Amino acid sequence: MSALTAHLPTTRSGRGLALGAAAVAWAAAYWVNEQLWDLVFHDLLAMDPDARLTEGLHFFFYDTAKIALLLTGIIFVVTVLRSFMSVERTRALLGGKREGVGNVAAAGLGVVTPFCSCSAVPAFIGFVAAGVPIGVTLSFLIASPLVDVVAIGLLLTLFGLKVTIVYIAAGVAVAIVAGWSLGRLGAERWVEPFVFETRLGGQVIDSTAGLTFDQRIQLGAEEVGTVLRKIWPYLLVGIGVGAAIHGWVPEDFFTEYAGAGATFGVLVAVLIGIPLYSNIAGILPLVGALHDKGLPMGTLLAFMMAVVALSVPEMILLRRVLRPQLIGIYLAVVGAAIVAVGYLFNLLLA
Amino acid sequence: MIVKILGPGCRNCQNLEKAARQALADLDLDATVEKVTDYAAIAGYGVMSTPGLVVDDAVLVAGRVPSAAEIRQLLEARA
Repeated sequence: MSALTAHLPTTRSGRGLALGAAAVAWAAAYWVNEQLWDLVFHDLLAMDPDARLTEGLHFFFYDTAKIALLLTGIIFVVTVLRSFMSVERTRALLGGKREGVGNVAAAGLGVVTPFCSCSAVPAFIGFVAAGVPIGVTLSFLIASPLVDVVAIGLLLTLFGLKVTIVYIAAGVAVAIVAGWSLGRLGAERWVEPFVFETRLGGQVIDSTAGLTFDQRIQLGAEEVGTVLRKIWPYLLVGIGVGAAIHGWVPEDFFTEYAGAGATFGVLVAVLIGIPLYSNIAGILPLVGALHDKGLPMGTLLAFMMAVVALSVPEMILLRRVLRPQLIGIYLAVVGAAIVAVGYLFNLLLA
Repeated sequence: MIVKILGPGCRNCQNLEKAARQALADLDLDATVEKVTDYAAIAGYGVMSTPGLVVDDAVLVAGRVPSAAEIRQLLEARA
């Protein structure tokens, strides 16, 4: 052990150097991305820059590289920062909070706490065992996928500050209102009894306390790999469909059916979004292309939220702790809140 | 020595099991590796973030996948 620590200064500066080099390489790649594909398609392959095929291909390759780069950077930074929070600390913060204040705190903490949906069930049990009301626990579980920090980073770079703030505010509001409503409806009735009987044994282990800086960096690098490996099919499909829409769909095709004037636009978008299951990163390129075609942002945000917050795999997981009745009410309440947000923002952002 | 991997069977749990078996092989330790997938049992260990690594009923790591080298250090520290 002492032999290890003796070498630490050199390895630490080595690691710092590697981090710095990675940051520079990242910035350079991001910077040359557009020129690279201009060069490939317009000069090397001598394709007509205004032809649809050229535009579609250029959009696909440029967007894939851009989003892969953005995701790498954002996931890394976010994971390292969030490693200073943990579900265990959130649970301690929420313990003893009442409904109302608790819902607000839970929705906010849902955004910043590192959380994998595979831990949804043990976290649910842990929260309930700590006396956190069901509605407050649900606010946390709704906010966590809905206001995804990676999505915030992507939205900020792709759509700007205004849309990003709207997205965060809308997601947190949906989580607060839906969780509070479910609590008011007496959701306890529909929680599987074993949840109330289970006691959290021993000492609760804080998953991220006492990590070294190196471990946090390692955590960030691993998370980039894990997420990219998991989402690349969604990403390619999303960008592919986005490129097709970008190049081939006529300007007024969508606005005619789902434009700001369409009464049921948001409702239809949410109904389509619920069974669709994709990662937020796969949905955003699609959202970008649809936005370019004139679809209103409120409708698109509602669609995005429905896709990420309400999905079959998530419901199957929650079914372990929640009765079918509550799953149904959960879908209805969260869905309704998302629809309301969509209409509201179509009015505000118009 | 009894090593338990806590988790419902997601990818992280499989990675943790792999790393743990690697560490045990490196140290030439004779241990049984068990999987705990029951949620109530997982909560019974005080673990809220999966995967969890339990050695002889003490939780060593929760909520992340440590490297085989880190597990090796943890095991050596206990020995």
